[in-house]
Amino acid sequence: MIDNSPIRTFIAHLVLVLGILIVAFPIYYTFVASTHSLQTILRPPLPLLPGDRFVENYSEALFGGVGRIGGVSVATLLFNTTVVALGIAIGKIIISLLSAYAIVFFRFPLRMTFFWLIFITLMLPVEVRILPTYKVMVDFGLIDTYTGLIVPLIASATATLLFRQFFLTIPGELVEAARVDGAGPWRFFWDILLPLSRTNIAALFVILFIYGWTQYLWPLLVTNRNDMNTIVIALRKMISFADADTEWHLVMVTSMLAIVPPILVVVLMQRWFVRGLVDTEK
Amino acid sequence: MSPRVVFPNKILPYLLVAPQLAITLVFFYWPASQALRQSMLREDPFGLSSKFVWFANFKKVLSDPNYLNSIQVTAVFSIATAAVAMGTALLLAVMAEKVIRGRGVYRTLMIWPYAVAPAIAGMLWLFLFNPSIGSLAYGLRWLGINWDPLLDGEQAMVLVVAAASWKQISYNFLFFVAGLQAIPKTLIEAAAIDGAKPFKRFWTIVFPLLAPTTFFLLVVNTVYAFFDTFGIIHAVTGGGPGKATETLVYKVYNDGFVNLILGDSAAQSVILMVIVIALTAVQFRYVEKKVHYG
Repeated sequence: MIDNSPIRTFIAHLVLVLGILIVAFPIYYTFVASTHSLQTILRPPLPLLPGDRFVENYSEALFGGVGRIGGVSVATLLFNTTVVALGIAIGKIIISLLSAYAIVFFRFPLRMTFFWLIFITLMLPVEVRILPTYKVMVDFGLIDTYTGLIVPLIASATATLLFRQFFLTIPGELVEAARVDGAGPWRFFWDILLPLSRTNIAALFVILFIYGWTQYLWPLLVTNRNDMNTIVIALRKMISFADADTEWHLVMVTSMLAIVPPILVVVLMQRWFVRGLVDTEK
Repeated sequence: MSPRVVFPNKILPYLLVAPQLAITLVFFYWPASQALRQSMLREDPFGLSSKFVWFANFKKVLSDPNYLNSIQVTAVFSIATAAVAMGTALLLAVMAEKVIRGRGVYRTLMIWPYAVAPAIAGMLWLFLFNPSIGSLAYGLRWLGINWDPLLDGEQAMVLVVAAASWKQISYNFLFFVAGLQAIPKTLIEAAAIDGAKPFKRFWTIVFPLLAPTTFFLLVVNTVYAFFDTFGIIHAVTGGGPGKATETLVYKVYNDGFVNLILGDSAAQSVILMVIVIALTAVQFRYVEKKVHYG
């Protein structure tokens, strides 16, 4: 093999450990800060080890309500964010599965027109149509509703393209065999196509859950009420650098609670996550 | 491709595409067409009447020094973010290829930031580097650096670039690792036998063969820096100090949503739309090429 001298391996490990320190340090330090009292945080430098206020800080934020965001508890925010992230992930998967199924397994007039209409939405992210979309939301009365937070984000060209790509690899003989055996389109979809798509669905679910959880601009636009905020938006509202009354210990707890669920999803479902990431982008 | 076996139903396929199509039309095409229309209208301050002004809004926007400043800010921000995020990730990926023990552990630890929302990434960095309570800012001052990103535009830019690239390292890392694994080991071994040292092997073999991955990531990182970093800017600097970190997307939001200058904001939206279309086209041309030669 190639000259793998111990020194080179050592240097490689050293660089990787340094890299991981950079990558993990901000998260670790936030955790440390979330276990100290406000007084300790306000007097830098902060110790490098966790303090003794873990239970107090977390229970205060989770159940007590945070003053700066109108007394809403972080538990409420977590609930909102979970609903939104799950709604977006599941909704996207369902409607993309259906439309990809129609486009691949049926022939009908306007089929390609529909395909292109869906495809082009790739080029129209929220950021380029902020105001008119907001107006649509107001007209439908969708401000401060879960529907408003979820539905406009579940139309996705990427998921549809991914499922279409996968469906095209399914041999025609399979469809033929199913039809000979008397299976209609629904039966084929439920008993053959869905089980075959399981890995793709799992992979996509991880990516879309993270996508939903980390949304920023959209919830910022369509929520006004504090108790409808997602955790990311509420966090932004809790911080003020101008005045001194930011409750930093609670901010740090909220940051941790906003970070940990998606990290758990990514780390625990790592195999599907890496797969899904590579698949959706190619 | 041979003609596919399909189901003969006539109505069912329309029902299947209906949900996606309905959402697409209501929340994508209708607003986008409104943005196009709005970009050629000028409304009076009370929104009572509007008149058609052709491209006057575009002319106004493109000659506005604030907008030109914003283009420059976006360019600096995107280039810096892409360069830092990709450079770091490439270095780490190359090192991860070298080690055998602990590879899985390194990868697991490296993918965390992907799950962190951009806005939160920004807030974490601001917490570390905020002049009054940030521990690392304390360290910088101790080193004699006059650090205050809330007042100094360049330092604010450094801070948002750091946060934005930190968040993107995991993504680039995973793709570079995948790209490196696809390079045939025999090529590298052959070069080693011919006496090429590691650095030379990297520059003459690995790096050129990695070009498709690098190019793909360049496009993805540019899109990321343009659009997905809105949260970082909004949460950390609010476009300031002055207008030092006001990117194009932040300006659209600010002009339209906060300052309510509808025509200008719509014209800016349309310009952004053109940029996205161009970037997507580049990305898909690349994918097509890859299918041909890969």
